[in-house]
Amino acid sequence: MSVPTLDVRGLAFAYPDGHQALFGVDLHVHPGERVALLGPNGAGKTTLVLHLNGILTGGAGSVAISGLPVEKKNLAEIRRRVGIVFQDPDDQLFLGTVRQDVAFGPANLGLKGAALDRRVMTALDQVGMADFADRPPHHLSHGQRRRVAVATVLAMEPEILVLDEPSSNLDPASRRELADILRSLDVTLLMVTHDLPYALELCPRSVVLSDGHVVADADTLAVLTDESLMAAHRLELPWGFDPRTVGSLPA
Amino acid sequence: MGAGHGRGFPVTHGHSPVHRMAAHHKLLVLVGFMLLVVATPRDWYVAFAAYAVVVLVVIRASRVPLRHIGRLMVIEVPFVLFALLMPVIATGPRTEVLGLSLSEHGLVAAFALLAKGTIGVASSLTFAVTTEPDEILRGLQRLHVPDLVVQIMGFMFRYLDLVTGDLSRMLVAMRSRGCDPRSPRHWWALASTMGALFIRTYERGERVHLAMLSRGYTGRLPR
Ligand SMILES: Nc1ncnc2c1ncn2[C@@H]1O[C@H](COP(=O)(O)OP(=O)(O)OP(=O)(O)O)[C@@H](O)[C@H]1O
Ligand SMILES: [Mg+2]
Repeated sequence: MSVPTLDVRGLAFAYPDGHQALFGVDLHVHPGERVALLGPNGAGKTTLVLHLNGILTGGAGSVAISGLPVEKKNLAEIRRRVGIVFQDPDDQLFLGTVRQDVAFGPANLGLKGAALDRRVMTALDQVGMADFADRPPHHLSHGQRRRVAVATVLAMEPEILVLDEPSSNLDPASRRELADILRSLDVTLLMVTHDLPYALELCPRSVVLSDGHVVADADTLAVLTDESLMAAHRLELPWGFDPRTVGSLPA
Repeated sequence: MGAGHGRGFPVTHGHSPVHRMAAHHKLLVLVGFMLLVVATPRDWYVAFAAYAVVVLVVIRASRVPLRHIGRLMVIEVPFVLFALLMPVIATGPRTEVLGLSLSEHGLVAAFALLAKGTIGVASSLTFAVTTEPDEILRGLQRLHVPDLVVQIMGFMFRYLDLVTGDLSRMLVAMRSRGCDPRSPRHWWALASTMGALFIRTYERGERVHLAMLSRGYTGRLPR
């Protein structure tokens, strides 16, 4: 098999206040896969995500991105390879215009001039926000800001795109538009979400994290229809939603 | 939902000469004027009257309603309170005013503080309400202010909206639970709201920093 894009082995981590959030997590994601990371509040999903690009380190275990270990000396390259879209776009967008904000990442990678402009416009095109390039991000709607946040990361041409709760606070139309965008991207995807129908719609495979342990790693439909697993880990489908009638996703 | 649309500083959009003047020229004029006001001896009453007239004329020319600036002048209140205390607590020869024994030095000092403060605040507000934040930043850059300072001000403008938005949502939540943040009886609640706001803002700062690091930030903004 190919080198996994994401290779997490035996990752354990405790916060400085002593709270242990991860207990030996193993996770492999291969190129081109779209994987959902599910789990109740406080399961450790965000903690895991922050390990993927070396924001958090220091616990036991290892993380490697396409074979490159997440270590201090590799951080610059790791952060190019792993694009994280944080849950709150207001944490991610901080410059005066959409263009400047999308340019921030690639400029940190050393891109300049025309090449930088091209990157920025390509990324904005991918999320359908090219017309907003010169607007201040804080004057956009939540859904638009979320899309720009995705573009800020796409502009770095990451090998794996990691999204923390991408569908939260979106109206149904923006939620669907974002799904269309994510499906159209040719990139490996790890998506943290509480929105189980969204996981089913976008990700053929799901990993369930609960209390810092991986408790399931299987076909999304199989996970969502395993009632005892779902109940044991506080996962609930929205009322009236039956994954069986939706059926398995075409891969 | 989410962060409001331009809820930050109430900049007016106009086409008056004051609005149109280049930001760095405005800044230089403002700073020069402030230095002049501050350097004026405290008992040159005529000079202060003249300064006040100048400020009023500029506000007039900007076509910003006086009431708009008047409302923003509340930020001067703490200074006014301090100025009012000065004649009471200062030492030296005393005079009788309305049956109160007040310090003469204190009176002059209070007048000077009030006059200089009011003129300074009014002129700065006039500048602030007639200049877009982006223009101010570009003006500072043209004046060769260090990049880091300009960056910090940029962040301030960017997050002012969010923080004031946070605050107004928290105040709405307080009111919804039957608490009037303006009444002294509920000041303790207001104070803890401010504390919570501080923590939230601080933690947001941390998250923004993480998000910046994730995109390869190494301490310098690319230009
Ligand atoms: N800075 C911190 N210091 C101490 N403990 C923390 C810190 N951040 C998170 N935790 C704890 O670590 C555990 C995992 O938190 P984490 O944020 O990773 O959960 P999550 O799965 O992302 O939850 P959610 O679905 O609510 O976002 C929780 O029990 C949380 O209380
Ligand atoms: Mg989380």
